[in-house]
Amino acid sequence: MPPFPEAAAHELRNSQQRHNLHKATRTIRAKRDALVAERDDWEQLRLSAEAIKNDTLAHLDEYLLQFEEAATAAGAIVHWAPDAESANRIVARLAVDAGADEVVKAKSMTTEEIGLDRALAAAGVDAYETDLAALIVQLAGDVPSHIVVPAIHRNRAEIRQIFDKNMGAFGRPAPDGMTDDPASLAAAARAHLREKFLRAGVAVTGANFAVAETGTLMLVESEGNGRMCVTMPKTLISVVGIEKIIPTWRDTEVFLQLLARSATGERMNPYTSMWTGVHHAEGVSGEPVADGPEQVHIVLLDEGRTDVLADPAGRSALRCIRCAACLNVCPVYSRTGGHAYGSVYPGPIGAVLTPQLRGLHSEQDRNLPYASSLCGACFDACPVRIPIPHLLTHLRSKVVDAEPAFPPSPERVAMKAASAIFERPAAMGLGERLAGLAHKVIRGGPDANVPSVPGLAGWFGSRDVAVPPPESFSNWWSRTDGGTRDGGDVP
Amino acid sequence: MRIALFIACFNDVMYPRTGKAMVRLLRRLGHEVVFPRGQTCCGQMHFNTGYQDDCIPLAEHFCDVFDGYDVVLAASGSCASMVEEYYPTLADRAGSQRLHRRVDSVGARLFELSELLVDVLGVTDTGSYFPHRVTYHPTCHTLRMLRVGDKPTQLLRNVEGIELAELPEAEECCGFGGTFAIKNADTSTAMGSDKVANAMRTGAEVLTAADNSCLMHIGGMLSRGRSPMRPLHYAEILASTREDPLGTGGPVREVDRPTREFAP
Ligand code: SF4
Repeated sequence: MPPFPEAAAHELRNSQQRHNLHKATRTIRAKRDALVAERDDWEQLRLSAEAIKNDTLAHLDEYLLQFEEAATAAGAIVHWAPDAESANRIVARLAVDAGADEVVKAKSMTTEEIGLDRALAAAGVDAYETDLAALIVQLAGDVPSHIVVPAIHRNRAEIRQIFDKNMGAFGRPAPDGMTDDPASLAAAARAHLREKFLRAGVAVTGANFAVAETGTLMLVESEGNGRMCVTMPKTLISVVGIEKIIPTWRDTEVFLQLLARSATGERMNPYTSMWTGVHHAEGVSGEPVADGPEQVHIVLLDEGRTDVLADPAGRSALRCIRCAACLNVCPVYSRTGGHAYGSVYPGPIGAVLTPQLRGLHSEQDRNLPYASSLCGACFDACPVRIPIPHLLTHLRSKVVDAEPAFPPSPERVAMKAASAIFERPAAMGLGERLAGLAHKVIRGGPDANVPSVPGLAGWFGSRDVAVPPPESFSNWWSRTDGGTRDGGDVP
Repeated sequence: MRIALFIACFNDVMYPRTGKAMVRLLRRLGHEVVFPRGQTCCGQMHFNTGYQDDCIPLAEHFCDVFDGYDVVLAASGSCASMVEEYYPTLADRAGSQRLHRRVDSVGARLFELSELLVDVLGVTDTGSYFPHRVTYHPTCHTLRMLRVGDKPTQLLRNVEGIELAELPEAEECCGFGGTFAIKNADTSTAMGSDKVANAMRTGAEVLTAADNSCLMHIGGMLSRGRSPMRPLHYAEILASTREDPLGTGGPVREVDRPTREFAP
């Protein structure tokens, strides 16, 4: 994956995608704004969520153990996965042990992050996405472009084509006469997926929240496919990042109000499923039978999260509840789309979270913190008040600090030179010298057609440059004593 | 009132007109303006590019220069936000409680033009005259870091003769972002073109803002597109009077087109 600037340049040329993104992000934005505006306690809710998450992160070890204890007591089996590889191994083994050669998936950002599908395939297990947008992405052989709406970059006409062409290869083909009407597309997806749900013995899901007090997992969704996954198959495996913990049942009140409004611009999401271990009901002849899955496994995933926690200036990124509000307001994301970020977590939160989770080792990860104009719209939208612009500048400083001092990069040389000049009181005539130089470079030379200045080609590609006037403000002030003599033009 | 001007390095060299306009405006309103010697750069470009160590001496220097003044006016909204928002981060990095106290103190006395006029001086009508159609772009740092709200438009609305046209999607970033405009030139350009397209839709003669850096980026695109619309810091509009009116033609044009057909 090329670094963001090149990847973005490529995506920007896809005009259909740009059109789709513009339309979709603006629609969600408007819905979100309207629903946020009707709450006069929105800021208090944000502050509460921030405080709860900060408390959770400060005592994460205790809450995780509390969660494990409560979930185990309720009949769930908790597995600890320090990294992606061990999480994948655990899930694959569980699926194989359950005798499955296919699993259905819902709410699976985290499994996307760890590349679970490939690991399952290697173990002879096919994984099927059941969320409509995730299904579209899977059928198209694509990767998600958005946290909440993975197929946001596609429009209806494209989706109809994808269904028509590829559904058959994955199971029940698209019906004849399917149109690009949303109802018609949804009906095709429903028929295709129903077959999967009825057959699957194993489901793999993520979770939005894990309640430490009760050992409960919570899944929030719009379509009901997640509800099917957590109730129909006999074995339920949930892969949960350790940052998904919230301390008490009561805390869900705060997050459920924030999440639906921020994510989809709804007062409440249509389906909220909660499960606590294995539940037994009474069978016809009085014997206990499992109500829902007979086996519930929870894989608690670290995969870099404790490293993020160890950085006091960076850990607030772990408050993220993956609502994608920051993506929908981001002027960079809404033009490039998610693929340019080269990560399952795109947009502003991706630009900070991905390099934190993966480390700043690759050129691609070192470029992500720069994939922002620092406009700050993300912070205003974020329901848990993650100061994304601060995190971006923090990570940029880590990138620079980690660079070897020798040989210095051209950028470092320029920055050093600039600060050396600026540390000293405004050198008299500095402005004039710069202006003189600019006039020479830009208009005074023998060949006046100078389209560019070395190192600044990016600027000149689309913009002219303002030529500095012959006299700087500081020189004017000293020459005219603040505009009071020698032709100073301020009365 | 005695007001110390913080011009910012970029305005000093590229846009001295903005500082002069502020001097003219504040004197007209009966205030004394001083220009503290030795002021340089706030370090925003270094900070935002990741060179935090290089900013610490600049923050120290900034405090030295503006220590003795009760009220400091920043000619650039984004430089003001650098001081208020990020100097404390630098003090933390330097591990210096003393620097922390100093930057907190200077930050509390530093204002962007509309904050100074409306909040400190209690002025919303500056007695200005500017008979042109104008659209206002609220730059990200004034809007979301300084939180100036609608103070700049309150002031502009009271300018005699002005016709204020609302900018569609006004609060969307123009795509400048300091070195972002160079490091991510393609994305920056995509954002800038949308801003320019929205500005053109207003039919305004002048696009105004509180930051010359954003105006330079937008102006550079307007110029490349041969647009007649002029970028102009709103201090210049407020400085304009019936007796000494500012046109939107000649003097505003600082953007040169280094292309062959325009070469001498
Ligand atoms: S960073 Fe905030 S706005 Fe963005 S996805 Fe996470 S919680 Fe939502």
